[in-house]
This record gives sequence, C-alpha cells and structure tokens, in this order.
Amino acid sequence: MSDIKKITTPLTDEVIKDLKAGDRVLLSGYVYTARDAAHKRMLEDYEKTGKLPFDVKGQVIYYVGPTPPKPGQVIGSAGPTTAYRMDKYTPKLLELGLKGTIGKGWRGPEVKEALKKHKAVYFAAYGGTAALLSKHIKSSEIIAYEDLGPEAIRKLYFEDFPVIVANDMYGGDVFEEGQKIYRKIEIDP
Amino acid sequence: MMVRQIHVDEITQKVKNMVMDAEYRLPEDFIKALETAEAFEESPTGKEIIETILQNARVSSTEQVAYCQDTGYPVFFVEIGQDVHITGGSIKDAINEGVRQATKEGYLRASLAFDPVFERKNTGDNTPALIYFDVVPGDKIKIKFAAKGGGSENQSKQIMLKPADGLEGVKKFVLKTIANAGPNACPPFTVGVGIGGTFDYSAVLAKKALFRPIGERHPDPRIAMLEEELLGLANQLGVGPLGFGGTVTAVDIKIEIAPVHIASLPVAVNIQCHANRHNEIEI
Repeated sequence: MSDIKKITTPLTDEVIKDLKAGDRVLLSGYVYTARDAAHKRMLEDYEKTGKLPFDVKGQVIYYVGPTPPKPGQVIGSAGPTTAYRMDKYTPKLLELGLKGTIGKGWRGPEVKEALKKHKAVYFAAYGGTAALLSKHIKSSEIIAYEDLGPEAIRKLYFEDFPVIVANDMYGGDVFEEGQKIYRKIEIDP
Repeated sequence: MMVRQIHVDEITQKVKNMVMDAEYRLPEDFIKALETAEAFEESPTGKEIIETILQNARVSSTEQVAYCQDTGYPVFFVEIGQDVHITGGSIKDAINEGVRQATKEGYLRASLAFDPVFERKNTGDNTPALIYFDVVPGDKIKIKFAAKGGGSENQSKQIMLKPADGLEGVKKFVLKTIANAGPNACPPFTVGVGIGGTFDYSAVLAKKALFRPIGERHPDPRIAMLEEELLGLANQLGVGPLGFGGTVTAVDIKIEIAPVHIASLPVAVNIQCHANRHNEIEI
C-alpha cells in the first residue's frame, strides 16, 4: 500500500504529475458538485454563452447528489455516483482547465485520452459509503441550478476526503490493474 | 367467511416506517455475510473496503441517516389476502403517501424524474413508487420493499437466449453481466437471476429473487446447485470489493425460474449493490 498523499485544491500540473493510479489521497479544499443534469445544462450554457457557472480552471468536480441535511448536519449522505455517465461531457471540461473529477467506476477511452492530453486525474471514492464520506465535508453551498434539487451545483469544502487515483495522466487504471491480479477466469466479451 | 378491514392510514404509517428503516439499516443477514466475506477476501484493499462498508452500515444505523446518498427507486411487492377489505381510500395512494412522508421526514434524496427523455424534472418526493400487486389467499397484506439504486440497476441486463443456448448460455450471460457491472455497480453484489417466463417476467423474477435471505438455497436441488456454482465462478472473476480487484465479488446469487414458451429462454440478471436495502412487513 502506498503512502497517503495529502493534497489541496486547486490542483496544478505539478501535483497532477505526481499522482499515479492506485495512490491514496486525502483531498482538502473547495470542490464543486455536478452530476448528469448539471453537466448537460452546464455544457448547453457554455455552447450558448461561452460561460460556465463557475471557473473550472484547476478545480475538481465531485459526482454526487447528496441527501438533504438533517438538522445539525452540513450535508446529508454524500457518496460518489457512477462516473461513466459524465464521459460525454468530461473531455470538454478538461479542455477548459478542469484538473480532477471524483466518482466511482470505470471511465471510457475518451476520458482517459483527455486526462493524458490535459494533464488531469480521475479519483475514485468508495461507492456507497455515503454516511462516512459526508463527515469529511465541512461546508456546502448551492451556487447554480438550484431548481435541479439534489442535482444542483454545490460548492463543498473538503477536509481530508479519502480518494484513490483511479486514472492518472499516464494511462494507468486502478480497476484494470487490481482485477488482473485476482482474475482466475476469463469471460469472452 | 369474515372480511378483515384494514384502513389505509395504517398502511401509510407502516410503509413510512419500513422505508426509513430500510434506508438506515442494512439487513442482518447481509451484514453477517459481509463479515464472513471479509475473511475470505485475499486483497488487502478489498478487506479494507469491506471493513469501511461495515463501518458505514454502523454509522448509518446509529445516526439514523441514509446508508447511501442514492436512496433509490422505491419498489414494492404487495400480496393482498383476498379476505381483506381496504377502507378509507386507495392502497396505491396509501403506499405512495408512506414513501412521500419517509422521503420528507427521513431526509431521503428525491431520485425520480417525471419522464425519461423530455424534461426529466424531479418529482420531488420519490413518488410514484413502482408497485407490483398480487392477490393471495388469507386476510393479511404482505408488503416487501426494496430501494433500488441507479448505479446497480443500470448494470442489470436481460436477454432472450435460444433454447439451444441452454444452461451454458445462461451461466455465461450471468457471469458476463457481473464482470461488466464491475466497479460501476458497487460490489460485493447480491445477484438476482430470473430464468424463464416472458421477456418482462424474467426481470420481475430476478428482482423478487433478491428478497430471499442470504445463504438460503433454492428448494429445488438443481437450482440450488446452479446458485452455488455461479457464486463460486463469480468470485473468480477478480472484480472484488468496489471493483478494485479481489476474491469477493458477490456474497450470494439467487435464482428463480418459471415455465417458458417452447421457443424461448429469457434470462434476466438484477445486480444489487452493497447498499442492499430491503424490508418486509405483514399487516
């Protein structure tokens, strides 16, 4: 098991270069939430106006739609959603300067290529461990698309939010590499 | 013959409680299966993930918060005894009202959209629930509830095989579906398989199969053997906890079968993530 790296947003090329698939990272600082509906609208808005609801340069997007907070909570349960659904939109955001995304599951070839090209990473958080992960979120504020409810864009403040580098800028893939070790039978595609 | 009266308010109240309880607390049999699986997992990361999952389960039930932020599509299987008379309104409305109250008072995420391809506007309260009704002998109502998360439901599949594909074709399809679901669907999985019936009924069987207790084998020894064989093979796929690689990909596989057309072999695989939230009540 590799050492745990502590990094803080916004992310620079220097930080990205140092991250390899399988690295464990504790992420701190501001991140933005967006999932299916927000991505669709963000990129439609960009087409029309040339603007995004927030400046993505150096930033990290967390694919999450949290539950509502109970009284006394900053945010409700807040684990990652499946990332491949955002694959259609991610290369454009990386081109515009986004440096990281957080989700669960595989990314498609177009995203892996874009990570190499634009020097960015895809982090995986532990899917379904939403009650635990929300404890690393210290503030939450809706900054755009409030009408989307759980899919609104939120600005969150992370404190040591645990993630693993799933896809790095060198083409590494933590899922593929990990599964290869334990795969005893092959299924024809 | 006496007809038993059940008021809709009782149904709403009990549905609300069973939904909230399911969202906060994983079933005991599944927790036990995870604890057993932890010892069987060879990957250190896999072991750590199972431990984290168990810790998440402890926190969500202790703090009474949603186990997963995707509080799921509410699915009900309702068996109504034919000697029951429901009073005070419609049973469908009563169940939906229970879901609505659980969503609001239980701080669940609103996860349903009114339509699939036009506006996709959120319904705001997790209604309308999907409700399957069946009429059975007796004077009770049995309600089974499952919260079906999008991540694992998206990786579920159905296929119309040819009779000539036979058992081998079924096995291959089940294993391929599990392998492809991989990290996207949050393993360790419980896998429901429906074989036979019609196109649609195979999928209903697969979903129903997920309600059987973990570790309980099908009474038909041929099906029981198939369940065990597929479970053994699934855990050699290498997917592992959350797809990071390992020897625990599924904690159980449940198969249900039904009579079938002489031309057909429908197979459905319903993948259930580790947020294995379901509950049953009898009124």
